[in-house]
Amino acid sequence: MSSFTEEQIERYSRHIILPEVGGKGQMKLLKAKVFLVGAGGLGSPAAFYLAAAGIGKIGIADSDCVDHSNLQRQILHSTKDVGRSKAISAKETLESLNPDVEVIPYTERLNSGNIMDIIKDYDVILDGADNFPTRYLVNDACVFLRKPLSHGSIFRFEGQVTTIVPFDGPCYRCLYETPPPPGLVPSCQEAGVLGVLPGVVGSIQATEVVKLILGKGQILKGKLLIYDSLNMDFKKVKIHKNPNCPICSDKATIKELIDYEEFCQAHVGS
Amino acid sequence: MKITLNGESRECPEGTTVEKLLDLCKIDKNRTAVELNLQIVPRKELSARVLKDADILEVVTFVGGG
Repeated sequence: MSSFTEEQIERYSRHIILPEVGGKGQMKLLKAKVFLVGAGGLGSPAAFYLAAAGIGKIGIADSDCVDHSNLQRQILHSTKDVGRSKAISAKETLESLNPDVEVIPYTERLNSGNIMDIIKDYDVILDGADNFPTRYLVNDACVFLRKPLSHGSIFRFEGQVTTIVPFDGPCYRCLYETPPPPGLVPSCQEAGVLGVLPGVVGSIQATEVVKLILGKGQILKGKLLIYDSLNMDFKKVKIHKNPNCPICSDKATIKELIDYEEFCQAHVGS
Repeated sequence: MKITLNGESRECPEGTTVEKLLDLCKIDKNRTAVELNLQIVPRKELSARVLKDADILEVVTFVGGG
């Protein structure tokens, strides 16, 4: 693809008139490949906006099925989708929004054996996982493959977002070296989550991904954005590369991917 | 002595360790990352690190939902 169809010019006109995007930037978006970890609370808004923006190829991995308790925030899925694969439901929703987008669903659970092969051809990764084993797996795989990663996470009324550019800025392990002890951090399932919270956090992640692809603006590299929705407070905390980081420093000890044990039932629809 | 915790200045007794400060603030050390003067303090060193006047700390809590 090297030129737009008339329909595309109309569809993306509000992008094309932005000097920071333009025809060139829109073409970059149409040629971009983004991989989303999770089609849940964070993955839903992120995938919606990325598909609407015309990201050419979107991979979306989720091994869960839609549950009634997901519908309060996981807006990719409808009541009719209850019991169906989230990844397949996501594909249908996104492709009906924008036929320019090719959506590749992955229904298997990501692990040390499959993740490298699955994500290697994508340009940017967006982490909307709901459990720590997957978050560490995704961080480590992105470090090994030097892929930029948008990290987002939510809990009750609080969200955190950062953008990881491996070796250039801090990674997830620079901040949180190892997963928290099993069972210590409750999941959304156990502790609840405000439905609209992931809408904000996932949309911020999508914004970061679009900027990474366009190469425009300032990204949240070396910054952790903390959103407190109850008090409507946004705070940015500077984070630094950890000279003792177990994976991205000179003293790295982790040389291969780790499958951490599941601590709790966190992955079920949180 | 005075330290800065998450952007806010506060008094803190001499000899306070990072762990003690977290206790005083009712923050669970197992659920946080602590950055002291721009360097991450490994979890196992929290009880050994004594705070000094004008130290700057950022404490962020593990959030994992999606």
